[in-house]
Amino acid sequence: MAGKTDLRRFPGFLTVTTLCLFVLYAPLIVVAVYSFNASTSITNWGGMSLTWYVDVFIGPEAPKFQRAALNSMIIAVCASVIATVVATLAAVAMTRAGRFRGKTLSFALINLPLMVPEVVTAVASLVFFSAIGFTTGLTTILIAHTVFCIPFAYLPISARMQSIPDTYEQAAMDLYASPREAFRLVLLPLMTPGILSGFLLAFIISLDDFLITNFVKGAGIETLPTAIFGSVKQGIKPNIMAISTLMLVVSVIFVSLSWLVGRMGQDKKKNN
Amino acid sequence: MAAGAPMGAGNSSRIYKGSGWKLLFPSWIIIGIFLLAPVLMMGVYSFLTKEFRGGVIWQFSLDAYDQFFFDRGLFGDEPPRLEWTYIGIFWRSIWQAGLATLACLLIGFPTAWFIATRDPKSRSTWLFLVTIPYWVNLLIRTVSMKFLIRDTGPLNEFLLSIGVIDAPLGLINTNFAVQLGLFYSYLPFMVLPIYAAVERYDFSLSEAAADLYAGRWTILRLVILPVVKPGIVAGCILVFVPSLGAFLAPDLLGGAKTFMIGSLIEEQFKGNAGNWPFGAAASMILLTIVMCVLLVYARNQNKVEAR
Repeated sequence: MAGKTDLRRFPGFLTVTTLCLFVLYAPLIVVAVYSFNASTSITNWGGMSLTWYVDVFIGPEAPKFQRAALNSMIIAVCASVIATVVATLAAVAMTRAGRFRGKTLSFALINLPLMVPEVVTAVASLVFFSAIGFTTGLTTILIAHTVFCIPFAYLPISARMQSIPDTYEQAAMDLYASPREAFRLVLLPLMTPGILSGFLLAFIISLDDFLITNFVKGAGIETLPTAIFGSVKQGIKPNIMAISTLMLVVSVIFVSLSWLVGRMGQDKKKNN
Repeated sequence: MAAGAPMGAGNSSRIYKGSGWKLLFPSWIIIGIFLLAPVLMMGVYSFLTKEFRGGVIWQFSLDAYDQFFFDRGLFGDEPPRLEWTYIGIFWRSIWQAGLATLACLLIGFPTAWFIATRDPKSRSTWLFLVTIPYWVNLLIRTVSMKFLIRDTGPLNEFLLSIGVIDAPLGLINTNFAVQLGLFYSYLPFMVLPIYAAVERYDFSLSEAAADLYAGRWTILRLVILPVVKPGIVAGCILVFVPSLGAFLAPDLLGGAKTFMIGSLIEEQFKGNAGNWPFGAAASMILLTIVMCVLLVYARNQNKVEAR
């Protein structure tokens, strides 16, 4: 045993992994630390303080960012709810309706938002909305977000649905449940972890988007990313770092939630 | 994947047979009208005549593509020569995205390998650590990177204070900064598929090679890499494709010299000075490149699965 080399280990791979994690986290940690800087200059360290967090909530720019945050929330909630419903129906069609004409094409369509480069989607949406005479605003942002949230909601939902055998629904229908009841009372409860993680994924993706939103938002309406971008264009200010840190914390909480939900689903599967 | 699964319903269940189209109707309405139609419309727009204050005149014209590829002099009456400006921007984007992909591969492969060879319990924790930054807003990550590497930023301050350098590195607004930003944006996309491939790797292959006196690195090169290649290719695609059309990293970390496709297209539609047909043509060319990459990938994938 002692003399045998472990073929799983390669010298230096641990170093590279550490480097990888360092590169991933260093910028975020630095910004989080500097957001507690008391100084008004972003370069010099003036001691710990919560000045900029207070500024985020009651400072001169607070109303602007609060409205932007509210817009972001409204859009993320609406877009991810719609996308989750649409994606669930699509997943049922793809995994429970046998073979039918146009199935492959439909699959390609659902994944189209992942394939078209974001900048192309952005300008195409802008041009399309202006051609059909839609005024850009919250509605156009919502529509655009729903489109690109669908595939992200679809992936975990259909993965989960594929792993559930249809015997439970068959059994329910043998006991005179209608297909609708079999869906609502049998499949849907089994699907909950997949649907939840699809929803959370869509939600984060919607909150994250800058490029498409920036094109379809219209004048005067901002979401958090576009408001931050506008502000950063004039230089990074300390309040931006405080907002960034808050958003970072929110993202981490959400991802942890979605991770736990996913684990919950896996544990359940094991118990079955 | 589900084809051979004994228990899984896979894609073959027929409970809702006949309702396929009804259930897919909302998807077709939303994506069909608000993405497929706009993209097709862009295709049409790229063959129209430009309106000077942004917009199009409904008259067929090849001007947009002509402007992209050829230079006909100031008054348009000289014999056409190849115009390098826009081809150059595309070429630079491909180059930048390629270098970022290579950097992701060099860092991502060892990381994925390291994670996949931990014991199963700690694997998910490591993976979680690698994926968290991806879920943080891309704009915020890019701004953080900008803050860190600015000439007066913490990185330079730190290196100056410990005396490693005596002038700021001047990283910001360079090609390197853009590559760093792209690398930082999409690194998890490289790690995850390679991890999935390495996790399935059968280590008895390595043992067999070692029994035949192959060294560690020979095994890596001749046995491991060919086996996990599908994962590596998937990772490269997932990094390369979004990098190619990226907007935030070149815009925030780069300067005028690092102009990429994303900015070129954006510029044509923002404000009044834009040229819509030209922007549409550039979009179509970008879309064509991306679709070609994905098609080649899909065909290879089918071949791998058929084997």
